[in-house]
Amino acid sequence: MTDQTIAVPSSSARHAKGNLWQRFFHATELDTRLLGMVFALVVIWVGFDILSGGLFLSSRNLWNLSVQAASVSVMATGMVLVIVTRNIDLSVGSILGFVGMIMAVTQTKYLPALLGFDHPLTWILTLSVGIALGGAIGAFQGAIIAFLGVPAFIVTLGGLLVWRGAAWMVTSGATVAPMDTTFRLMGGGADGSIGATASWIVGIVACVFIVLSIIHSRRQRKRFGFPLKPIWAEYFTGIVGCGVLLGAVNVLNSYYMPVNLARRYAEANGIAWPEGGLEIPLGIAIPVLIALGIAVVMNFLTNRTRFGRYVFAIGGNPEAAELAGIKTRWVTVRIFALMGVLCAIAAAISTARLNAATNAQGTLDELYTIAAAVIGGTSLAGGMGTIAGAVLGAIVMQSLNSGMVLLGMDAPLQSIVIGLVLVFAVWLDTVYRARAR
Amino acid sequence: MTQNRTPLVEMRDISISFGGIHAVDSASVDLFPGEVVALLGHNGAGKSTLIKILSGAYRRNAGEIFINGEQVEINNPRDAKQFGIETIYQTLAVADNVDAAANLYLGRELRTPWGTLDDVAMEAKAREVMGRLNPNFQRFKEPVRALSGGQRQSVAIARAILFDARILIMDEPTAALGPQETAQVGELITQLKREGIGIFLISHDIHDVFDLADRVFVMKNGRVVGHARTEDVTKDEVLGMIIMGKVPPGAVAGPGAAQMA
Repeated sequence: MTDQTIAVPSSSARHAKGNLWQRFFHATELDTRLLGMVFALVVIWVGFDILSGGLFLSSRNLWNLSVQAASVSVMATGMVLVIVTRNIDLSVGSILGFVGMIMAVTQTKYLPALLGFDHPLTWILTLSVGIALGGAIGAFQGAIIAFLGVPAFIVTLGGLLVWRGAAWMVTSGATVAPMDTTFRLMGGGADGSIGATASWIVGIVACVFIVLSIIHSRRQRKRFGFPLKPIWAEYFTGIVGCGVLLGAVNVLNSYYMPVNLARRYAEANGIAWPEGGLEIPLGIAIPVLIALGIAVVMNFLTNRTRFGRYVFAIGGNPEAAELAGIKTRWVTVRIFALMGVLCAIAAAISTARLNAATNAQGTLDELYTIAAAVIGGTSLAGGMGTIAGAVLGAIVMQSLNSGMVLLGMDAPLQSIVIGLVLVFAVWLDTVYRARAR
Repeated sequence: MTQNRTPLVEMRDISISFGGIHAVDSASVDLFPGEVVALLGHNGAGKSTLIKILSGAYRRNAGEIFINGEQVEINNPRDAKQFGIETIYQTLAVADNVDAAANLYLGRELRTPWGTLDDVAMEAKAREVMGRLNPNFQRFKEPVRALSGGQRQSVAIARAILFDARILIMDEPTAALGPQETAQVGELITQLKREGIGIFLISHDIHDVFDLADRVFVMKNGRVVGHARTEDVTKDEVLGMIIMGKVPPGAVAGPGAAQMA
């Protein structure tokens, strides 16, 4: 006990000294673990790029990758909260399947009968039905976990079977297609992208937000007389943040519409077809925009609201949270309801992208979602995890997937690699945490 | 003297049982403003259970609770906090993975006009309170996990006084601390006492609390053996109460007192 107290001043003094790197990280307050993940991602990307002869880092592949990662990324942000509170949700893939099926039936069968085909309200009504249903399913499962005391593993394992079966029963296993044209925009594709100009605007608005938030936090620290970050560190964070953002927009903008689609687009808009073809940049795909929006909202929710604070407090010490007067059970219900809502949004993205709802949709997605959250640094022991990490985790998973497809690896080999990477990533994380103590 | 005033807290004939075992059996204790009452007894004597009823962690099976002479219902920790009852638990009830300010305000966060967490204001207030309590404390940005036992204890104590507690319950407050930190907690208790706060100290070790307390209540097997003013009894006599349930002349016998043959 006593030597522990003596050790304290020396460890806090350590921050001031240390080598250049340590001082750099201390000044910028960067999350070294997140940075490690970014580094791992860069290694994966460059590796695949070399192996595939420059195919991987083409704007076309990166554009596709961003769209493919969207659905799992949306769910992974919710899975972080679930896992942080020492729970698990195995049912997300099945909920995605069931809600997707209900949304498909809603927009192909019920709404056309009420509103007529291709009504402009169809997509939003469908999405609302899906979100309400997803939220209700999640809240129901959460209530069983919180108030009846059945472990989350069992409740959601049950849910995995129940909702997959329920999805089958909606149409007796038949695939529902095609989707409403507006609804389909949520899936991306040539129509479901916002184009170059809008993409730049999104990028610039986001940069303005980054800069404003840096200025705001500096002002707040000044107001209360807290130690300030060195000014060069603020500039560094701002410039790197904006640089990465605008770079990403640039990549997405340099993927052009395929020739056939471009020709159709030109005809539809009365543009003469030039000799060398038309280069129409696709820009950010709508599902990617949705996923980024969700990530921003979820990040805000976890870091800036009471709800987020309670989620982490419960994960750190459930008893202390209860004794502090937090209604831990209600928080649990709300977490699972939120997870259900995110499943519905992911279901919308995935049915829109496929332009169909199939009975097998979302199969194994629960494992990809959990893997994304865990690779992103969410601790299964609870109390630790970040939204940004989960999104990065989803991108890592999708990068591995699409990289191996590009290399023409067999599907069985792909799952072997993904399984090994998952175990390896968690082992690395364990080592990191043990050393960080 | 104090006996004619209204007690700050009076717990009358409290009973609670878990699966047929009477953890607390019609126990009565009281506490006056500016007084430190030590609740003593072996592990399993029922003292922590009794006090958890006051702090709202358990619900009693029978008995009445009075605060300032008025009967109150305490069904959960939130109720207790409304009556100004703050508890510092034996198990250091802090969330390890969040920082000191977040722990101080856990369950009662300050918020900005937009309803978001006002972390800066919370940290500022935390620095102020902790500065008063433990001027050496500097690690506001780190998770509480990284702190020493004494630092964590000061976070827990700061949390209680931050919200103007009138009744403070400290369950084995010094069990996890070194000698220096124990002395610090002792000073703090004296300071709080001067401010008119009533304090329940719970301990199984008489040496921890005898010098701090004005009165002692001794429990054994879920029943109150007796109570005494510390000036009327010696440590050895109190030890006799704890171990054998023998009530010395200076003390008032309770229902749990050993029957003298």
